[in-house]
Amino acid sequence: MAKIATREAYGKALAEFGGDERIVVLDADLSKSTKTDTFKKVYPERHINMGIAEGNMMAVAAGLATTGKVVFASSFAVFAAERACEQIRNSICYPKLNVKIGATHAGISVGEDGASHQCVEDLAIMRSLPNMVVMSPCDAQETRFAIKAAIEHEGPVYLRLGRLGVEELYTEDQKFELGKGIVLCDNGNDATIVATGLMVQEAVKAAELLKAKGINVKVVDIHTIKPIDKDLLAECAKATGTIVTVEEHNIIGGLGGAVCEALAETCPCYVKRIGLNDTFGTSGKPAELLEKFGLTAEKIAEATEAAVARK
Amino acid sequence: MNEQKLLELKKKAGLIRRYSIEAIAAAKSGHPGGSLSIADILSVLFFDEMKVDPKNPKWADRDRFVLSKGHCAPAYYAALALKGFFPEEDLKTLRQTESYLEGHPSMKSVPGVDMSTGSLGQGISCAVGMALAGKLDKKDYRVYTILGDGELEEGQVWEASMCAAHYKLDNLTAFVDLNGLQIDGATKDVMNSAPVTDKFAAFGWNVIAVDGHDIEAIRKAVDDAKATEGKPTVIVANTIKGKGVSFMEGNYAWHGNAPDAEQTKTALEEIDAVIAGLEG
Ligand SMILES: Cc1ncc(C[n+]2csc(CCOP(=O)(O)OP(=O)(O)O)c2C)c(N)n1
Ligand SMILES: [Mg+2]
Repeated sequence: MAKIATREAYGKALAEFGGDERIVVLDADLSKSTKTDTFKKVYPERHINMGIAEGNMMAVAAGLATTGKVVFASSFAVFAAERACEQIRNSICYPKLNVKIGATHAGISVGEDGASHQCVEDLAIMRSLPNMVVMSPCDAQETRFAIKAAIEHEGPVYLRLGRLGVEELYTEDQKFELGKGIVLCDNGNDATIVATGLMVQEAVKAAELLKAKGINVKVVDIHTIKPIDKDLLAECAKATGTIVTVEEHNIIGGLGGAVCEALAETCPCYVKRIGLNDTFGTSGKPAELLEKFGLTAEKIAEATEAAVARK
Repeated sequence: MNEQKLLELKKKAGLIRRYSIEAIAAAKSGHPGGSLSIADILSVLFFDEMKVDPKNPKWADRDRFVLSKGHCAPAYYAALALKGFFPEEDLKTLRQTESYLEGHPSMKSVPGVDMSTGSLGQGISCAVGMALAGKLDKKDYRVYTILGDGELEEGQVWEASMCAAHYKLDNLTAFVDLNGLQIDGATKDVMNSAPVTDKFAAFGWNVIAVDGHDIEAIRKAVDDAKATEGKPTVIVANTIKGKGVSFMEGNYAWHGNAPDAEQTKTALEEIDAVIAGLEG
């Protein structure tokens, strides 16, 4: 099956839901890369290029939102979440304005552009902002659900999207609710692999590899990093006693951090975090980089096996 | 400038173009348009002006260079390799997983790179920092930086400009690669940064406009910058994005796309013809 990048699905979803006249899309000279140009083709009058000026873009988005617009502001994750971080904090989150940040090119799967363009800190930063909802969908269908939920949600939303094509894991009739994780696979109670974004497809494959070895795990897709599904995580922790988190992000402060925080207060258990080990990425082909940094099904299976062996 | 030097600089510019295309083609990704537009500026800076020592890249008294428009690393790396900072053969490993030649300039991995860049708007601030240090330490090294015209849309560029003039950083020379194009189209359509010269003048800079492909004009502008006291100089270089490869010239579609094998062949033939013409 053709692989579709979540950024691609983002552009399509904006075009699909763009009939809602409250929607205005801002971009910072990256419309072809963030795919907001797909929206622009249908609603050119509501697509506004802000030039290469991300800080200004976020505060302009805030101003637009004060008049009742639902604003999508897009750039690469590193420039959206980090270059414009304080504008997001003070002009969007503090007044709880209806701005949705469509941040593409997250993670190392950006590939050849290299470390300067590979955002591996955004989940940690964005989820620490009061009033911010943080979503990290794993495939095209889930991205569509996430955009719809973001439009329906009143307030700031950060959407973490990728450049690389991903496998289709969901169909149109999948039940989706903001803040509720999805159990994608339930082979047994040896461990739970909790994944987000691009890593969900790898986690599902890892579960298959483990099954062949007689290790039966659950796989949970956490598409909403904040608010995180505490109940589901506690349930899985109780049932399996061991959790492995996987994200294309620094192991500090992202999905792994959020899961540890949640479980520490509800059902403490052993948590193995897989992600970038507090390091920057590097240039290279996406698949080679995922291999280099250990973000593959094989490595996830290995780590899970080791985690289960600790029991 | 004597005829021989002029020929040498033109040839280096040709080689910077050749290596840029080769590396981007090998990587199957990268930014040819803006790499080709700065080749002549880099040639003057690296082969007729800057005091640097390839054997001692971190020499404390060297002139500094910051590629603020960091996506044009292929041209920068070509200049560094031609200068002897690392082997020319390595250029073809650009952007590959185990290569030290990161997609955007990295001072941690690439010999000769004075500042890591890639996030637009920040390089000029870093250059201001280096120039300030030169003043604090009473050193006579000079600092050069190249900005894109789309990059000028970042507010930080103007914060840096204000700062450079405020602290009278006459040891700082910035180039603006005025090629009229950015990613989403023509700069005047996406977010008009014109009039560039008036803006810098209003910010207190010494402003010189040149044809950015005229080596002698660039050379002269650098001399004027060096002779200017009490304020930083900006050399606004009128250029053609994709200069030297006919099908890339003036076409924003070549901002960040690699040529395929056939296009690479054509591009290199055109560049080689110019170099051969210089050799007579
Ligand atoms: C802060 C930031 N925002 C966005 C980008 C993505 N980007 C890379 S190049 C570019 C366009 C640059 O245009 P210009 O400065 O005119 O460069 P040139 O034409 O010389 O290639 C953009 C938007 C970036 N590198 N940094
Ligand atoms: Mg330009």
